[in-house]
Amino acid sequence: MEEKEFTAASFYRFLDRKKLMGSKCKECGTLFLPPRPFCGQCSGNEVEWFQFSGRGKLVSFSVVRVGTTSYEEKGYSRDNPYCWGVVQLDEGPRISALLLGANLSRPDSIKTGQPLKVVFPDKPEEGGERNPVTFRVQ
Amino acid sequence: MVQRRKRLARGVAVIGAGISHFGAFKDKDSRDLFVEAFQSTLETVQKGIDPKEIEAIYVGNLSSDCFEGQAHIAPLMAEWVGLNPRPATRTEDACASSGVALREGIIAVASGLYDIVLVSGVEVMNKLTTARVTDILAAAADALYEVSVGATFPSLYAQIATAHMAKYGTTEEQLMKIAIKNHNNGALNPKAHFNASIRDIMNSRLAKAKERGQPIPSWTDQMEFLKDPSVNPIVAWPMKLFDCSPITDGAASTILVSEEIARNFTDTPIHIIGTGQASDAQALHGRKDITSLNAAKLAAEQAYEMAGVTPEDIQLAEVHDCFTIAEVLATEDLGFFKPGDGPRAAEEGRTARDGKKPVNTSGGLKAKGHPVGATGVGQVVEIWEQMSGHAGPRQVPGVNLALAHNVGASGSTVVVHIFERR
Repeated sequence: MEEKEFTAASFYRFLDRKKLMGSKCKECGTLFLPPRPFCGQCSGNEVEWFQFSGRGKLVSFSVVRVGTTSYEEKGYSRDNPYCWGVVQLDEGPRISALLLGANLSRPDSIKTGQPLKVVFPDKPEEGGERNPVTFRVQ
Repeated sequence: MVQRRKRLARGVAVIGAGISHFGAFKDKDSRDLFVEAFQSTLETVQKGIDPKEIEAIYVGNLSSDCFEGQAHIAPLMAEWVGLNPRPATRTEDACASSGVALREGIIAVASGLYDIVLVSGVEVMNKLTTARVTDILAAAADALYEVSVGATFPSLYAQIATAHMAKYGTTEEQLMKIAIKNHNNGALNPKAHFNASIRDIMNSRLAKAKERGQPIPSWTDQMEFLKDPSVNPIVAWPMKLFDCSPITDGAASTILVSEEIARNFTDTPIHIIGTGQASDAQALHGRKDITSLNAAKLAAEQAYEMAGVTPEDIQLAEVHDCFTIAEVLATEDLGFFKPGDGPRAAEEGRTARDGKKPVNTSGGLKAKGHPVGATGVGQVVEIWEQMSGHAGPRQVPGVNLALAHNVGASGSTVVVHIFERR
């Protein structure tokens, strides 16, 4: 792994290269997603990169009709909502993700516990705008 | 690790507390509302106080920097009420900013450093568009990993709601009933942002339609009104407009003194007998369970232990209902009801003003309003008014033990205080 620093910058660069990467404590084995350089569990200083399978299940979600300015600038609106949720990876840790493939006009059809799979960005980040973590309903 | 029972080095009491009007004020800035709250606080000190006796000032504020282009707000507020050159300190823990200011003021008096301090909070949010306010508030979540996927505060609490619904079967209708209850209380609070019940709001819309010769909507009760997406649109499903607290301008303050001098100022000081504060992962995804706030449970545990009381003993509570689902979690995390029982308890009226456990008699954040940095001390003002018998038509009789629960962001800070009238 050429990325040495366990930072958000490294995480998003890996994501652009189609890898969902976290860190693993070399001492106690705790997994972190997103990656961290310091183990808050055992106060260990040594972590290593850990690649996640990208498979998980839905913990919670929301269909957003009044979004952040940056999402409204991407074209989302009251009539064109987006959905994000908390995903529990098969390996244990959780992460927040934009969700694709759900029926947003029928939010009660979206079920927690349903399986999800990571979707990698089509193209790398441009102009400092990072590609968001994205999962698709299976 | 040795766990020592935590206690204050000396007792601390509230001798007065006051609030500005809460609302959306085009022509008012922080300093104006701060002065209004300060004057109202002085008026509540039964035997009077020379404001120059105040030795230090704590100001809770989330983001005057972004909301008003004004940073470094604490000495400015002190200046506007004539308290320079006393030390003036701002605390920021998102929407728990002034609950944390209260705790810092308590610790300062309990330490013996000061005998008299002013604890306050202020926020002016209506100078900007709703879109800008949404962005500024979202910055209190995890900017790198939550805001990046489009998180807004309504959508963060929506996550909590969908998880609670999945685990316990909580319904949108049950949450609507919490909004109705809090608006019923706000209707009796002359300083509330929404000094109106949902029935009042519905009736005024009906009257307006009639007056303008528009088609008269068919709502026959408050629930039908709330189920109409034209008046209660989805913000972030399942959170609708009437599940969300409003964007409010306001200020609140309270004077704390050491217990031994409290009766120089009032015959009925309110003693602060418990304080607790805890933190948690900033992002929801960093927590094992999002159907409760672990920081709230821990802060409450600390406060109950220090006070030597149990949840059953609490006679009235002001809790952080920034969204209806947040009130559900509060009443469960504080131990008033078992996990999952909060919605039913509210539905049965147990948290209403005349219920066994009145919650948010002020109208709560939902109806009284949520000027984020002023909310924690605003809760103290309601408790002060209730305990000193000045709550007017919303008075709950004989309140001797009350609790305030103030949450920062989606639960990464929670601060809990317990108050006693002896």
